[in-house]
Amino acid sequence: MALMTDRKRVIGLGSAKSGTDHFWKTTVTAVALLIITPMFLFSFGPLLGEPYADVQAALSRPFPAVSAALMLIVGFYHFRLGIQMVIEDYMQGLARKVAIIVSACISYGLMAFGLVSLAQIAL
Amino acid sequence: MVQFTLPRNSKIITGKTWPKPTGGTNIRKFQIYRWNPDDGKNPQVDTYFVDMDTCGPMVLDALIKIKNEIDPTLTFRRSCREGICGSCAMNIDGINTLACIYGMDEIKGDVKIYPLPHMPVVKDLIPDLTHFYAQHASIMPWLETKTQRPEKEWRQSIEDRKKLDGLYECVMCASCSTSCPSYWWNGDRYLGPAALLHAYRWIIDSRDEATGERLDELEDPFKLYRCHTIMNCTKTCPKGLNPAKAIASIKKMMVERQL
Repeated sequence: MALMTDRKRVIGLGSAKSGTDHFWKTTVTAVALLIITPMFLFSFGPLLGEPYADVQAALSRPFPAVSAALMLIVGFYHFRLGIQMVIEDYMQGLARKVAIIVSACISYGLMAFGLVSLAQIAL
Repeated sequence: MVQFTLPRNSKIITGKTWPKPTGGTNIRKFQIYRWNPDDGKNPQVDTYFVDMDTCGPMVLDALIKIKNEIDPTLTFRRSCREGICGSCAMNIDGINTLACIYGMDEIKGDVKIYPLPHMPVVKDLIPDLTHFYAQHASIMPWLETKTQRPEKEWRQSIEDRKKLDGLYECVMCASCSTSCPSYWWNGDRYLGPAALLHAYRWIIDSRDEATGERLDELEDPFKLYRCHTIMNCTKTCPKGLNPAKAIASIKKMMVERQL
């Protein structure tokens, strides 16, 4: 154990002067998802199990395509912000940093994969 | 990863069962956490029996009776016995509260008493609050001014004084902070509900001139933003205060000064 005062231990490296941005983005994307999720469910839900041609025709229209694209973008961005919070809560040290990088790669990777797939179907 | 289980030398074992008092008709069973740093043993839960007909109504009354009449080695903090000093905070029947104002009639079955959770234990029911107090000191719990000191006093309107109600009453018992899972996992960096409630008390004080500096110091992913509005703090506060609301108000001010 290092010999340091209790006050020094509390101060640590001082304030990071950040965090509000993450908090505000999480709040904004959460509110956006309140609107986007029903839009996506109502436009994409009925397509489940339908023939490929019908799905392609539906996703060629702006509303279902935009709903699906927004769901992918905002949903995975919100997921990235949220999972970072969970990692910061439960992991420490190098594992914390590695997990944050991996979670960002997975989130943005799935987002890109979804968008490309959507474009392939819709266009 | 955070540690979800107790280390081997902290696992609680069954302790001594003390004899029942003779002749009593209203006997209540107490199960109390015991740990002595000097004997090298694991913590244990001792069982005591108290005659409620000759005991006061609060949990602290029973603890004092046990110490005076059954086991003088039982160790706990207490002072004012009326909910003002915050010394006798402990986990009673699964709730962090003050033993002096928690009535035994509120508890069903055996009375189970443990020290405040997730803090190093000094002995028996006494937690080490050194870090908790240092966190409180770090939020500068005093009036900070830059304007020249007035001849008489710093004046405050009645409306502005009312804003401090529900905040200044905090007795720093640590019940809230030690009930918070975020404080359990990241208590080294997260300031916890008690320190943040005090921080807000000074941020909204109309006489204080260090509002910006105070917010600057708190703007940190760990110091402030580990709070996920779990609300254990508000639920457990023995004084009926609302630290979660104070923390939410600080976050609101953080956003306010950016947008």
